[in-house]
Amino acid sequence: MFEIGLGHYLILGAIIFTIGVIGIFLNRKNVIVILMSIELILLAVNINLVSFSIYLNDLTGQIFTLFILTVAAAEAAIGLAIIVIYYRNSGTIKVQEIDKLKG
Amino acid sequence: MINLNFIYSELFLALSIMTLLIVGVFKKNSSILIYNLSIISLLICLALIFNFPINENVELFKNSYKIDYLSSFTKILLISSGVFVLFLSNKYVQIIDINKIEYPILVLSSILGMMVMVSSNDLILFYIGLELQSLSLYVLASFNRDNLLSSESGLKYFVLSALSSGLLLYGCSLIYGFSGSTNFFIIANNLTESSYGLTFGIVFILVGLAFKISAVPFHMWAPDVYQGSPTSVTAFFAILPKIAALTIFIRVLYVPFFNLINDWQMIIIFLSIASMLFGSIAAIGQSNLKRLIAYSSIGHMGYALAGLSTGTNQGIQSSITYITIYLFMNLAFFASILMLRRDDKYFENIEDLSGLSKHHPVLSFSFLIVLFSLAGIPPLAGFFAKFYIFTAVLEESMYFLAIVGLLSTVIAAYYYLRLIKIIYFDSEKEKYETNHNIGLKMSLLISTIFILFYFIYPSWLTEIIQNIIII
Repeated sequence: MFEIGLGHYLILGAIIFTIGVIGIFLNRKNVIVILMSIELILLAVNINLVSFSIYLNDLTGQIFTLFILTVAAAEAAIGLAIIVIYYRNSGTIKVQEIDKLKG
Repeated sequence: MINLNFIYSELFLALSIMTLLIVGVFKKNSSILIYNLSIISLLICLALIFNFPINENVELFKNSYKIDYLSSFTKILLISSGVFVLFLSNKYVQIIDINKIEYPILVLSSILGMMVMVSSNDLILFYIGLELQSLSLYVLASFNRDNLLSSESGLKYFVLSALSSGLLLYGCSLIYGFSGSTNFFIIANNLTESSYGLTFGIVFILVGLAFKISAVPFHMWAPDVYQGSPTSVTAFFAILPKIAALTIFIRVLYVPFFNLINDWQMIIIFLSIASMLFGSIAAIGQSNLKRLIAYSSIGHMGYALAGLSTGTNQGIQSSITYITIYLFMNLAFFASILMLRRDDKYFENIEDLSGLSKHHPVLSFSFLIVLFSLAGIPPLAGFFAKFYIFTAVLEESMYFLAIVGLLSTVIAAYYYLRLIKIIYFDSEKEKYETNHNIGLKMSLLISTIFILFYFIYPSWLTEIIQNIIII
């Protein structure tokens, strides 16, 4: 039978990571999509860490994952708050219209 | 038994943050009280660092927290510049009405994050410190929440900084997987030969750190964030995160990855050259003083990285000296900017400086000293900073780096000297107010005196910094 090993998990992590990074740079519509892409990047890291942790038989990776999940939640909360105050001031959250600061 | 007395300053800072939050919530209109209390708690924190002999070298919590000369010295720098920044923006935050109780508390918590970061000896602890620092900085950047520019700068800083933390974490996960541990010592022992996974991990970590230090090509957030955020926050941004990020650069490059110096040395040299050139060329066309200082700080980070790229103790020491002198120059610059006030309105464009010397000779003189020092003209402190860097670089016979550095100093001198020309020779404008508070005046005085008289006895700073031995 086909065996799923460390390499497959790493490739999955790399694909999700790439989707996240591309989502930040190609997205022209909505800031919320950027927030989702950041979550994707962090989740890709978590997949990596957990699979390494199983492979190395070492718990540190899973503990690291718990820390990352907590920080990601705090980061999303702060990000949404900043998006809300930006929306109140400008009335839009379209990415291509965030260009008041230029020089 | 863990010896807790080595981390009294961090513990004290964490406890005082929580106490100040509670006081702020339960006592009405306590923003000025909280502001003063947080300055006092930073001063106590500074005293607590001297609780034990500063040249002691200890590892706590199973080697994950390291107290050595480098971390103690950087903590002293961080806390004292935090005190200065709070001092000099005392009146500013009241006038533009951002003096809420959260403001000084966020400053304190980001300083706590940096303190954890500079003495971390483990990837997990490093990440936690970095995030505590950046989460507070996101909020500080958008603190003037009724202002469109401030909220936009907060949004931009949030997106790019979160992306850079993501890249850094991906690098951390690769390093963990290929070396089998998150502890810096164990990583250093396990890394004897390079492999693709390790090289990728190092590159990702360097990209994440270069974002934080705003080195080219990861600098695009810096000018926007500097311009948009309130000037007091910009002063904070320009000084403290750079010190912390430079220290963690040293820790990461020289402890776990020192065996792979051939892999990362070229990357650092590239970052350094690109930052020096870009910082000096792109600043020429700017019209906003905060934007100008953003490009100037990109250039200065290039010089600091040039010291790091040498791979010797002398290079590290020259970088630390550079960042110390850079701190004083930026403090003096921001104190001078904060003095441009008329009818409760602050001015931050270059044209507002025109003819300043007619009405304000003392302020113009301090501008003159700071700008000459930033340009690196002897005998001011900025010259010595660059001199140490170039000595360390030439000692390793990296002539190309030194030549590019000297060239970009010459280019950068153009825009610094242009400001001096505008201050002294252009037509005068209306007078600015002169009733500044004592904290602002003292900060400007101390930093200007440091820059001006550094050359009389330069060895006191180098003698302190010579104790920093990493390799």
